[in-house]
Amino acid sequence: MSETPETEQKPPERESKLVDGLTAKLGKDVLEVDIKPKRIKVKVKPERIKDAAEYIKNELGFDHVASVSGVDYPNDQELEVIYHIAAYEREDLRDLVVALAARIPRQDPKTPTLTDIWPSSEYSERETYEMIGIIFEGHPKLERLLLPEDWDDIPPLRKEFKNPGR
Amino acid sequence: MSTLSISVGPQHPGSGHFRIMVKLDGDRIVEALPDPGYVHRGEEKLAEYRNYIQNIPHFERPIVHDSSNILFAYVSAVEDLMKLEVPERGQYIRVVMAELNRIIAHLYYMAIYGIFVGHSTMFMWPMGDRELFIDVAQMISGQRVTFAFLLPGGVRNDMPEGVKERAEKACDYFEKRLVEYEKIFINNPLFERRTRGMGVLTKQDAIRLGVVGPTLRASGVKADLRKDEPYAVYDKLDFDIPVSQDGDSWARAWVHMEEMRQSMAIIRQALKDMPSGPVKLNLRGQIRAPSGETFARTEASRGALSFYLVSNGGMMPYRVRLITPSFRNMIAIPHILKGLLLADLPPAFWGLDYWPVEADR
Repeated sequence: MSETPETEQKPPERESKLVDGLTAKLGKDVLEVDIKPKRIKVKVKPERIKDAAEYIKNELGFDHVASVSGVDYPNDQELEVIYHIAAYEREDLRDLVVALAARIPRQDPKTPTLTDIWPSSEYSERETYEMIGIIFEGHPKLERLLLPEDWDDIPPLRKEFKNPGR
Repeated sequence: MSTLSISVGPQHPGSGHFRIMVKLDGDRIVEALPDPGYVHRGEEKLAEYRNYIQNIPHFERPIVHDSSNILFAYVSAVEDLMKLEVPERGQYIRVVMAELNRIIAHLYYMAIYGIFVGHSTMFMWPMGDRELFIDVAQMISGQRVTFAFLLPGGVRNDMPEGVKERAEKACDYFEKRLVEYEKIFINNPLFERRTRGMGVLTKQDAIRLGVVGPTLRASGVKADLRKDEPYAVYDKLDFDIPVSQDGDSWARAWVHMEEMRQSMAIIRQALKDMPSGPVKLNLRGQIRAPSGETFARTEASRGALSFYLVSNGGMMPYRVRLITPSFRNMIAIPHILKGLLLADLPPAFWGLDYWPVEADR
């Protein structure tokens, strides 16, 4: 590993432009922006995730959710919910993926559902609910999807759930 | 109105390892809800207990007959974190394996679709012809189904002599066979009557529901990650994306058929244009992805497949989120089945190319 730092690259222009409007709208509620070619990650305050989602859909034109993920960070006592959002209608955006993320407390893991903005997130949200225990408030059918009906343990993708036999 | 509820599945014949809870008014489906999970393995959790190399055979399991395409997305994610540049010959061989797998998976689809609409010749023929492409893939990788051939940094080994000739022979033969498939199956009046106008998904609905792959392209959206976000050497190859405006079950079968033609064109070009040189990087010791996160996606045979990989710099991934095309297409099941006759469930459902093992992960 070389010690020299990587040459500072300017973030790609197209991607930066897309984010600028969002940061202008949400101001300080945008906590983190990470721009790479074709990939944008925006972390917002959990109470503003819906506003950010509406902007990404209506103003930027990203029309469907490719994936909803939850990541457990027990050291911070937080869960991160991440929506990966992509576009079909706008052909110039098809190579882009916007990740919209928010950190919510582990003790009270609630976040508003985005199914009313993107119906395509329905099953992904349900899976995230059962696997990592994030409660999507307002989801039309927040029920078990893949786990057995009689599962009575903690959500299996939480870090304190140890895989039996390992 | 009194309705009758029945379960289609989860016994295998009829639905795969999967259940559709159907509500009927007489013979009409008023509601059809998918009930997945019968073959859920917890792939994402198990991946946190395996290092980056052990995860290669592990991640093939959800889609055994499309194993190169699912690994393509996985190794792309690892390479993105490790900032690896794959040698060009390795990239060409990856594309050949990915397209062979696409044909193998599409033929499987044609066979299963054939038998579920009661066309047993269409079960036998694709299952037989599939062997030709499996043989080519076996020649390259040494395995018949789960090739475990793509590694971070390249592919496991170079191709032996004679692959080009063998592959071209298979393609020559199969191009003629596809014409026969069209005559006996796609353009068969009985098949057309069973599938034309059935299970229609409009373009707007396809976009709204975020469906992927042939289902999306059969609904008139010309989206394919091989063109939209070209990975490996797809931007150097000349091929078309078949699109239909019909959005029905027939169009889905037709798109699969045409995609096999395009895949053969890609295989021929890739084998012709392939430069010589190394096929992989020489990575020594344990592979460790530096901490960070990445979202990699590829066009698998059933559609866009994505890995969201979070690493904390350890030997094993911190979190892997795998979204498969079947999981994303599941949302279309209630939509397209509603309003159909119960007897029309198999032609509409199997046209979707929904694979329970792939959806459950």
